[in-house]
Amino acid sequence: MNAAQPQGRRPRRLTPGRIGVYVFLISAALFFLLPLWIMVVTSLKPMEEIRLGNILALPQMLTFEAWSKAWSSACTGLECHGISVGFWNSVRILIPSVIFSIIAGAINGYALSFWRVKGANILFGVLLLGAFIPYQVFLYPLVRIFSMTGIYNSLTCIVLVHVIFGLPTMTLLFRNYYAGLPIELFKAARIDGGGFWSIFFQVILPMSTPILVVATILQVTGIWNDFIFGLTFAGRENLPMTVQLNNIVHSTQGERAYNVDMAATMLAALVPLVIYFVSGRWFVRGIAAGAVKG
Amino acid sequence: MSAVSVRDVTVAFEAFRVFDGLSLDIEEGEFIVLLGPSGCGKSTLLNAIAGLLDVASGQIWIGGKNVTWEEPKDRGIAMVFQSYALYPRMSVRENMSFGLRMAKTPKPEIERRVNQAAELLQITHLLDRRPDQLSGGQRQRVAIGRALVRDAAVFLFDEPLSNLDAKLRNELRVEIKRLHARLGKTTMVYVTHDQIEAMTLADRIVVLKEQKVQQIGSPDEIYRRPANLFVAGFVGSPQMNFVKGRIEGSGAGPEFVSGKRRLSLAGYQFTDAPQPGREVVLGVRPEHLDILEAGTWPDFKVDIVEPMGADTVIWCSDGEGSIQVRTSGSKRTARGEALSVGVDPAQISLFAADSGDRL
Repeated sequence: MNAAQPQGRRPRRLTPGRIGVYVFLISAALFFLLPLWIMVVTSLKPMEEIRLGNILALPQMLTFEAWSKAWSSACTGLECHGISVGFWNSVRILIPSVIFSIIAGAINGYALSFWRVKGANILFGVLLLGAFIPYQVFLYPLVRIFSMTGIYNSLTCIVLVHVIFGLPTMTLLFRNYYAGLPIELFKAARIDGGGFWSIFFQVILPMSTPILVVATILQVTGIWNDFIFGLTFAGRENLPMTVQLNNIVHSTQGERAYNVDMAATMLAALVPLVIYFVSGRWFVRGIAAGAVKG
Repeated sequence: MSAVSVRDVTVAFEAFRVFDGLSLDIEEGEFIVLLGPSGCGKSTLLNAIAGLLDVASGQIWIGGKNVTWEEPKDRGIAMVFQSYALYPRMSVRENMSFGLRMAKTPKPEIERRVNQAAELLQITHLLDRRPDQLSGGQRQRVAIGRALVRDAAVFLFDEPLSNLDAKLRNELRVEIKRLHARLGKTTMVYVTHDQIEAMTLADRIVVLKEQKVQQIGSPDEIYRRPANLFVAGFVGSPQMNFVKGRIEGSGAGPEFVSGKRRLSLAGYQFTDAPQPGREVVLGVRPEHLDILEAGTWPDFKVDIVEPMGADTVIWCSDGEGSIQVRTSGSKRTARGEALSVGVDPAQISLFAADSGDRL
């Protein structure tokens, strides 16, 4: 008899329980994919076909007309330049907002976790409290403050608003990540003569890649999807894509162009989608970072 | 003039006061080991000397200068940590030169000092690697190298060998001792909970317990004349035997009595005159006991035998309590064998049963 053989019955790969799990997961996935499917097929159909009412059916006459119309010639109120204007506005708002809010959050988190600022816990508590107060409460006071300082309805204004409102989450994120780094590193750098900024830029920041990626994902999606701040603070010239999308959908005269609406919505959702697809791996890594000892 | 002087220092965490007025003087070139169990405050004291913790009151002097409120970098110190604390995104060379670069030292000078330190520690071939490509022993060598490059007058070690395996620990321990000898005038303050490290490295050991200094002395003093029960029990492996008993006066002088065990204390150096009837604890190290044909304490039976190669530890009992005897490794005994224990009164320690202080 061969002594190297394993004993007992081979464990089965596919059990009834496992099949149940798969059925549940697949139906959940279908449930969430269904709206996306409807949007994509509708945006690729001409209006005649949409009027038939088979919203799940594949397009019979494939056309990209709705997409190009949504991008460059759909009407947002009185002007008819499509959603592209809003797209570039959003990009202009997004880039400085993301960069400045992450820098501010990283410095805040670094100072709070390493430099034992007097009353750090109280400061941090107050900052977090800010994250839990509904945005609507701030709107009117902020409008008054900005109009008094004269920057209301400008790019500076909307960027500033995003940086301020990103501060609590960004600080929390970085503070918790830095709390997981060994404090000895900071002590060693202090003995080596590093100051506040040199330790931050030469020792701490190079170790922050995972959390920087997570912060970027959170801020890009958050700021891109923002509607109320853009509407309130950006001014007519800088209205972001979300506001323009709303205008396209609601300013139609006569027949409602479902295909154009769907295409415009897809275009607006493209940036967060791309971010998730490209960085999903990093996103998970960032959340798990610190759980495993390096 | 002492190299490091801690004067009446109090450190406070919120309302909790660590050290209420602790003082300690360390001579230039001395190797001081702060020894104690975890939570005794030894690392806190080291951090206070380094300037990484603010002291609530008192002063810290380094090299004849009051540095109580100085920045860590201005104190002329270098520090090595248990977790190595190497900057993970820098090469070994960049790690070692970080302090000098911060101090804007000229490039050729940096080059010279890094190479010199690397040669001394035999890590020249590792200079271009990153910390995650090094083994634990190599990492700690680099950390020591980083401290060395700073050319500091005082080295602070915070349990530097505790993360290493036993073999590497022995190797690096010898290397640290050799380094101290070679540097000559460099003062070293070394924190550990490992009594072997303390005994082998120190010129003087400071034994701490619950933020209080228990005893300061040479390894020999600490080992042979422990100041109290805690020091006696903490230092030495296998542990010192403790026997509870009483002092009785007799014609020939004071005598220790515990049940049927008796021992004349004629050869013992009392710190103050013995009072008959006083409750005491007798401490005697396992290697100061002998197994004899007719010893001081007869009627013992062998309980357990632990052969350790170089020597053998015999646990034996006479029905009133068990004691350990350390004999030569060639000694062969069997469980249950009868034996008689010889005690040398010159080698014992006596402690007051109530306060635990040495008598």
